[in-house]
Amino acid sequence: MFFYYLRLAALSYRRNPILSSLMVLAVAVGIAAYMIVFTLNYTMGGDPIPHKSSQLFAVQLDNWDPNTDSDPPQQLTYTDAMALQQAGRAWRQTASSKFSGIVEPDNPELRPFMFIGRGAYADFFPMFDVPFQYGSGWSADADANLEQVTVLSRDLNERLFGGANSVGETITMDGTQWQVIGVLDRWDPVPKFYDVNNGPFDSGEELYIPWGHVVARELPRSGNTNCWTAIGGSGFQAFLNSECVWIQYWVELRDANEEAEYLDFINGYVQEQKTLGRFGRPLNNALYDVNEWLLKEEVLPDETSILSMLAAMLLAVCLLNTIGLLLAKFLGKSAEIGARQALGAHKGSLFIQHMIEAGFIGLLGGLLGLLLAHYGLEGVKILLGNELMMTDWIQLNVPIVITTIALAIVSTVIAGLYPIWRACNINPAIHLKTQ
Amino acid sequence: MEIGPIFRALLRNKLGALLIALQIAFTMTVIINAVFIINERNRLMARPSGLDESNLFHITVIGFGDDYNEEIVAADDLAMLRQTPGIVDATVINAIPVSGGGSSTGVRLINDETSPSTGTAIYRLDEHGLNTLNLDLIAGENFTATDMRLRYESGPTEADKAVVTRALVESLFDGMAPADVLGEVMYMPGGDVVQIVGVVDRLQAPWPTSQLVERSMLVPENYIDSFSRYMIRTEPGQRDRMMAEVERMLVERGQDRVVRDMEAMEVTRANTYRVDSALTTILRVVVATLIVINCMGIVGLAVFSINRRKKQIGTRRALGATRPEILRYFLLENLFITIAGVALGAVLTIALSIVLTTNFNMPTMAWYYTPLGALLLILVGQLSALGPSARAAGTEPAIATRSV
Repeated sequence: MFFYYLRLAALSYRRNPILSSLMVLAVAVGIAAYMIVFTLNYTMGGDPIPHKSSQLFAVQLDNWDPNTDSDPPQQLTYTDAMALQQAGRAWRQTASSKFSGIVEPDNPELRPFMFIGRGAYADFFPMFDVPFQYGSGWSADADANLEQVTVLSRDLNERLFGGANSVGETITMDGTQWQVIGVLDRWDPVPKFYDVNNGPFDSGEELYIPWGHVVARELPRSGNTNCWTAIGGSGFQAFLNSECVWIQYWVELRDANEEAEYLDFINGYVQEQKTLGRFGRPLNNALYDVNEWLLKEEVLPDETSILSMLAAMLLAVCLLNTIGLLLAKFLGKSAEIGARQALGAHKGSLFIQHMIEAGFIGLLGGLLGLLLAHYGLEGVKILLGNELMMTDWIQLNVPIVITTIALAIVSTVIAGLYPIWRACNINPAIHLKTQ
Repeated sequence: MEIGPIFRALLRNKLGALLIALQIAFTMTVIINAVFIINERNRLMARPSGLDESNLFHITVIGFGDDYNEEIVAADDLAMLRQTPGIVDATVINAIPVSGGGSSTGVRLINDETSPSTGTAIYRLDEHGLNTLNLDLIAGENFTATDMRLRYESGPTEADKAVVTRALVESLFDGMAPADVLGEVMYMPGGDVVQIVGVVDRLQAPWPTSQLVERSMLVPENYIDSFSRYMIRTEPGQRDRMMAEVERMLVERGQDRVVRDMEAMEVTRANTYRVDSALTTILRVVVATLIVINCMGIVGLAVFSINRRKKQIGTRRALGATRPEILRYFLLENLFITIAGVALGAVLTIALSIVLTTNFNMPTMAWYYTPLGALLLILVGQLSALGPSARAAGTEPAIATRSV
């Protein structure tokens, strides 16, 4: 029966090709617009590390200007990051920061080039489940002894070693030799939750080294540095001792108990610092898990939120359009419906028949909508350009494709409910009389 | 006038009319707000930076190795650039205006760290800076080569002279003319004193969307840290040719440095406003799509409702109604529906506009957007209804006597 009704739906489409195509087009446009915005929101506002996002916490210590009421800083000072790191009170913890440097390839055909790197502690890799293609991250000993070891991104390894297993090789960076101990597989979390204030949709760094080198070698900082008060004196040491924030600090805490204990610990630490004349503001420390952090930092741009509202209304207009056109189409079939009823068709089976017809239109609209959404997303990619931010993630995926088709069918059937109900309540006698 | 009959006829087909009215209301809400956002973004993007953007480009040179002496290299580079035919002038600069990356500070007129400070962007450049950027000096003078300070470590500003923008003068000195603030001093964080020697008309901060906008100060200073950025102005029309030549010249000057990030100012601007221009393009597509869908809906339902009433139209024609009268009937019918939709749409438009202003830091929409949008939609409605109505008017009276 289902296939018979499907054939009837196809026949009905052919009888009114223009009206039917208009409906398919309206559904397709509405669904496509909605899915494009949904895809942007779904990824940009999504959870970048779902299996442990509730166990990873950004640490907020409010060392900011007591004379203003501006938001607490997003990063930590050197003093505080080192104090937390040395205390080691969390299950895992890492200070990290961005720096820039120059690699001098051994291959004389390659010119020296600049890269963006990240200094981090050994815990960085297991904490964030960073995938490795070859080798692994370094040990806590490497952090303590400032071993000159490095982990390369997949792209940098491609550039320097043609993608071969380079573990054990050495590279020249900042004028000295570093041993490669690991090569990452592709790793580009969206949003880049562990460093949102330096561009939440930037690609990952190209080279990782034990964090201590960033200070010991005075490597140029490449991320955001914020100061609320003048640096007391000149020179690098004065900068390190200042209230400038520039270090991202994350901890991994396995349960609520550990979380409470850690919060107690940082509150205790800040109380102690207050006695030294720092932290002029009232106590305002916090731990934000990944999703709370992304929300607090307003990673989702205003533009996508505005577009979501407009896209929802555009979908509403398209569906209203579909209701109107379905009404026209079904009432135009009054004579046929009358005839079928007179021949003994139940209202129930007429209802199902028209549901299937509406669903058929929805399915076609959904498929066309997918195509439009695909090209629409490609268009968005072109508009945003890939040199400023990562746009590789802007694409349809399986859950989104399924959602699109389902949304198209369900919304068309819902839009069709009233027209279907009207069509099924036709008095057959009237239409048979005029035949 | 057949207003009464039109109303009564509409009441017999409430749903069809309601659907169109709702469609128009939603369309109006989206279109007006979208157009407002487009205009607002265009306004932001059109604000001048104060630079001669079409003839400017910038390039970064990063030295490495112990033998690299930025002081000598930068001086040689700049001397060479300034002598090159086709180049008007060149300067070292710490941050590129409009680029989104730079340095800011807070200045005060009194030396008291607890008093509120005025935020300003700070550009560190040399005495060729004003000429290179082609800024309009409205009072005082440029700094000279002897004012130039070299800094070897991070820390407080070492320069003691500054050229400031008119906007910074306005926020610091309430109501004073630019010429009257020459010689005044500003206190930097940490208490260092900087004297104002000149005022330029306009120079945007590196972050054009920040609250600083045009509050900028220029100081004669270069930070010697192996990282130099040059801003270069060329003769009109020579930019693209000079870009290729400058990159080649700088690369040829030595192996112990990396030359990168060469970019024309126009590209820098386009990149900074990339999201804004993407948004306006997307919204334009949305507006166009909505208008088309709306027309489709109106035409579809009008054709349907006219077909259903063919017999009645035939009867009216047989009873003496002229073609223009039938045409007027259907256009009026459409007008009533559209006006109902537009009335609801006006309420929704203002509601959405309030939501956008309160949540997304957008200015309030000017009053004329809603009535203009309403007029547009009425016009679109009438045009869409024109075709089907004309067909209705063409109905032969003889139809009335035939059975379907």
